[in-house]
Amino acid sequence: MWRDAVAVATKDLRIELRSRIATHQVLPFALVVLVLFGVALDPDRGVLTRAASGLYWLAVLLAVVLAAQRAAGIEASDGLADALRLSGLDPAGVFLGKAMAMAVELVMLEVLLGLGAVVLYGVDLAGVGTLAATAALATVGLAAAATVYGALVGGTRGRDTLLPLLFLPAAAPVLIAATRATDEALTGAVVGAGVGVGDWLSLLGVFALLYLAFGVLSYGPLLEDA
Amino acid sequence: MTLPDAPVPAVDVAGAPAAATAASRTGTVASLGLGIAAWGLLAITVGLGLGLPQTVEQGVYSRLIAVHPPVAWVAYVAVLVTAVASVVWLVPRTRSVTADLVAGASAEIGAVFCALMLATGSIWGRPTWGVWWVWDARLTTSALLLAVVLGYLAVRRIPDPHEVRARRSAWLALAAAVLVPVNHFAVEWWRTLHQGRSLAQLTPGDDLDGRFIGAMLLGFVAMTLVYLWLLWHRVRVERLALELEESDLETALIARRAEATSGAAG
Repeated sequence: MWRDAVAVATKDLRIELRSRIATHQVLPFALVVLVLFGVALDPDRGVLTRAASGLYWLAVLLAVVLAAQRAAGIEASDGLADALRLSGLDPAGVFLGKAMAMAVELVMLEVLLGLGAVVLYGVDLAGVGTLAATAALATVGLAAAATVYGALVGGTRGRDTLLPLLFLPAAAPVLIAATRATDEALTGAVVGAGVGVGDWLSLLGVFALLYLAFGVLSYGPLLEDA
Repeated sequence: MTLPDAPVPAVDVAGAPAAATAASRTGTVASLGLGIAAWGLLAITVGLGLGLPQTVEQGVYSRLIAVHPPVAWVAYVAVLVTAVASVVWLVPRTRSVTADLVAGASAEIGAVFCALMLATGSIWGRPTWGVWWVWDARLTTSALLLAVVLGYLAVRRIPDPHEVRARRSAWLALAAAVLVPVNHFAVEWWRTLHQGRSLAQLTPGDDLDGRFIGAMLLGFVAMTLVYLWLLWHRVRVERLALELEESDLETALIARRAEATSGAAG
């Protein structure tokens, strides 16, 4: 299963590397979103700095939608879904591979967006360990969820509009948990009574585990329909 | 595969509509009784609700207690039924067309009642809290729930063979159901500071309690019956649509074959 996963992940990343859609379209889009937030909110009153963690994760979420559409598009084109089924690869491996490739893309995206937030929103980096843990868990969860929903809407006609509708509400817990954890890491302030960074991180972890398990179980049956 | 010279079944184009009419009599005495009971009780609930006294804190709006909690109850029940029916479909041993149809029908009703719940909640919230919307854990969860149900219904609208649609939507419902606890904790924790269960502030005078609770309980029964009645008929209509879809193809095939044989004879 893991060998299959690595093979699929390598394939997806190689396609991204060659087509440059991730670097030339998804990344710039995310940066545009960051800039637009800055324009929409009043930068003079510190709103931007206070809302930075929320805006950051929202930008990530929007970019994930694009990346997931792209990933589902790869599968839908050129009869690739059929080829994957014929290849005899373990469906669970295919799922993990696609999620891995997506996670790698997301990490790059998050690092660059983080730089953008530091520069544009005047965020002072603090609690780097917590930030890294938050980003890692959120990334796995988002990548797994996006891959699951990408497979669900598969090669269907309304894919591009359906995916955000399905994925964004489902990702709401990640947005909440990652934003709070980032907030606490940056400011040291505890938001909820009795709810700390550890709780948010474990929530992110549970989300990631649930979607990984779900994807491993469902990818085979869903691939049949694509 | 039918050979060209195989005997053509003696069914003309009228065969399909005839089958459909027979099936359309699936509305039974039981469903009629259910309908009468549902709407009758609902009418009584409305009557009782309008007769409720005004409370000091909320005035006429306290009467919403006969409507809003029952609507919310049905919304959650409907979504739960969708999840359960989807699991029933996913288990190979219990897989049936009915399970899929129930899941879809229940989700549709769930969406309507979820929207009604948010609407009546807002109408109630405006005089009580002074705003249409508060970022309270329960409201946020409900709004997300509505979004998820709408997404589910959109997926069901994808034109696909029945089996494909059933599998896709069953897995989607399962994904949403698995997420419920995560969603719950995320939203609850997010709003922990905020909470003093706002709805619990509805404290009518002690002597009034009984009438309010009575109207609300009757509302629960009435709304549940309305839900069952809607579900029954929605599943019935969906089943008829499926039958029509299949018989359409059947009729067309038969017509073509008849053409071919008559052409060969002539």
